[in-house]
Amino acid sequence: MGNNLSEILTCHKKRRESLIPILQKIQDKLGYITRGTVSEVAEYLKISESEVFGVASFYTGIHLTPRGKYSVKVCEGTACHVRAGERILDEVERKLGIKHDEITGDGKFSLERVACFGSCALAPVMVVNKDVYGHMTVSRVAEILRKYR
Amino acid sequence: MTFEQIYQQSVAEWNALWGGDKPCILVGAATCGRAAGALDILEVIHEELARQRIEAIVIQVGCIGLCYAEPIVDIIKPGQPHILYGNLTTKVVPQLIEDYLIKDNPRPDLALGYIGEGKLDGIPKLFELPVLKPQKRLILRNCGFIAPENIKHYIANGGYSGLVKALGMTPGGIIREIRKAGLRGRGGAGFPTWQKWSLCRRSPGKDKYIICNADEGDPGAFMNRALLESDPHSVLEGMVIGAYTIGANNGYVYCRAEYPLALERLTVALRQMEEYGLLGDDILDSGFSFHMEVKQGAGAFVCGEETALMASIEGKRGMPRSRPPFPASSGLWGKPTNINNVETWAGVTLIMQRGGEWYSQYGNEKSKGTRTFSLAGKVRRTGLIEVPLGIKLGEIIHEIGGGITASKDFKAVQTGGPSGGCLPATMIDSPVDYESLTAAGSIMGSGGLVVMDEDTCMVDIAKYFLSFTQAESCGKCVPCRVGTRQMLNILERICNGDGAPGDIELLEKLANTVKSTSLCGLGQTAPNPVLTTIRYFRDEYEAHIKERRCPACVCKKLISFYILPDKCQGCGICLRDCPAEAISGGKKMIHVIDQSKCIKCGTCLDVCPTRFSAVVKVSGKEIEVPEKPIPVGTHFNHNLG
Repeated sequence: MGNNLSEILTCHKKRRESLIPILQKIQDKLGYITRGTVSEVAEYLKISESEVFGVASFYTGIHLTPRGKYSVKVCEGTACHVRAGERILDEVERKLGIKHDEITGDGKFSLERVACFGSCALAPVMVVNKDVYGHMTVSRVAEILRKYR
Repeated sequence: MTFEQIYQQSVAEWNALWGGDKPCILVGAATCGRAAGALDILEVIHEELARQRIEAIVIQVGCIGLCYAEPIVDIIKPGQPHILYGNLTTKVVPQLIEDYLIKDNPRPDLALGYIGEGKLDGIPKLFELPVLKPQKRLILRNCGFIAPENIKHYIANGGYSGLVKALGMTPGGIIREIRKAGLRGRGGAGFPTWQKWSLCRRSPGKDKYIICNADEGDPGAFMNRALLESDPHSVLEGMVIGAYTIGANNGYVYCRAEYPLALERLTVALRQMEEYGLLGDDILDSGFSFHMEVKQGAGAFVCGEETALMASIEGKRGMPRSRPPFPASSGLWGKPTNINNVETWAGVTLIMQRGGEWYSQYGNEKSKGTRTFSLAGKVRRTGLIEVPLGIKLGEIIHEIGGGITASKDFKAVQTGGPSGGCLPATMIDSPVDYESLTAAGSIMGSGGLVVMDEDTCMVDIAKYFLSFTQAESCGKCVPCRVGTRQMLNILERICNGDGAPGDIELLEKLANTVKSTSLCGLGQTAPNPVLTTIRYFRDEYEAHIKERRCPACVCKKLISFYILPDKCQGCGICLRDCPAEAISGGKKMIHVIDQSKCIKCGTCLDVCPTRFSAVVKVSGKEIEVPEKPIPVGTHFNHNLG
């Protein structure tokens, strides 16, 4: 892990503006930002740990807790909302037995509600990792989740 | 290579596509096309062409905007018009290829329409369809017709001719041209572009920056995504023109991370520009140098605000700061910075390619040109559209959109996302322009149009937007941080049936305070959805508060589901599917919902066969049903209340 990290760090200039790209790269590799990485990044950029943490915790796209192997995202954009996207979220919560922003005990699934994927014409929308499912219905939830179990 | 040589080469490559003896197949593969299965279609096309030994050119293109008909494939046989096929499946594609490419049957049953000369029996002209006829596709002219990852396709269609023209003009001349066009910012506020540019141009300093705001964060809006995925160069060309005018040598495209395909295509586009000398040092031997890179957002709605966006590029928390100083004098790293929205940049390109006067013929007096909108919600034909400003709302919803789905009544349209407002059906005749929308209490915003029908609760919509802005408030200023929270608390209690007299007035008071005292646009506009829903749908608020009733039957705490005893045939489907095990019954027994266990998910209503239609959703009334399951046919006098 240490090697991975220094590999990522050295690809970026030691400037404040590199902070977000670095955090994103680390997350791509490791899934989330651990406490340890916060200090290493701070050390590399010569800024305080609190500044790194401040940025990491500000952006919803940067995670401080682990994600599941399959990250399930249910869209709660306006178009999805008026087309009852919340019922899809409720059903996923029931089927996975977790609430949003939680992860299943086996680490396989994590669930998030997101503001908008920009695929509004296909509302309601659900995404598992990079697979997008449009025109979702409550009854399709179980069938889709089964593919990943 | 001179630009003329690049152009000739591009035209030759472009013409070879159509002039040869091979058919050409264009597959719409932007994000929504992909979500509808475009990549599977693409695979099947390749397999089928190989299997049938047909030589054809297959190209991935962007989005033509007819999202309701995705996946869409455009087939052009040599010497024949384009024929667009919609709603394709992997099952039907092999047959289509065989029928049209081998047997010369154009399959009118699958075709949406054709483009080009001639007449095809049974297939309408695409641009004569009701969905396209009222549209003016200027910004979207290339979308769905060129390969977004091939700069030559763009150049062959007039691309970068605007830049060539601009480089031969003085910056003052360019500003005059933009002024003549009447272009106003497409990000929402509608500030005249020429004025913004002159301010930044006049600011002292050697280092200046250009930024494209592609942080399309409004839920319900996807115009910028579609344009960047389908025709990225049309945006980037405008940026180079802007940089030359203002005297900036560095620029950024700040694009949200939720748009991976747009990010990828932007990166490819920048590399190609460098390769052809359209970006970098000494652009087209003009002596002007400009460098640009893509910055990926990290998920914060507030970063759509210009000062927050710049903080984010600098690697800080994306929090806005008070203005002045405006970015034009002190922006990124304290240097003069000009920031425009994706569509504004694309408008600049168009103006420089075709002329300011030409552009200003579209639109009405104060709002010139066209505007792209993403049409979504409960409308029949969802999609990406482009219309001249000043068009009537009704024309967009009923003609382009084809009206409301499932024969319900049109209730409202939401414009401008969380910063905008909900306009009622009575405003169907008002023109869509900056001034009219502002007068109605909404804003033009970034261009999301979400259509709502009688099944949408306006109090719930206000709560929905407020919960969004409250969560996205950066917390820096008190009115926004505390005010949105307090407003949300009130809306939540109204939706839960705990509203009190005076709540509406309190909401209005808070809303006006947050609006007038917040630091940035997020807080200043967050109350708009609340204020407009109170203004146009006050009766719905009153029904929630006074009668504990949700007229649209949406607010969970105020609705109940019942199984009508004279309609239930005891089939057992709802009993089996109820996730809360709240339904009791048996074979040929009238089923009964235990109201204390019901989680109001609506599954029973969905699954009850339409020939029975035994499940109803009501608010503000009770329906008399048996306490326990009884045999079908033994209950005769239910009371619908």
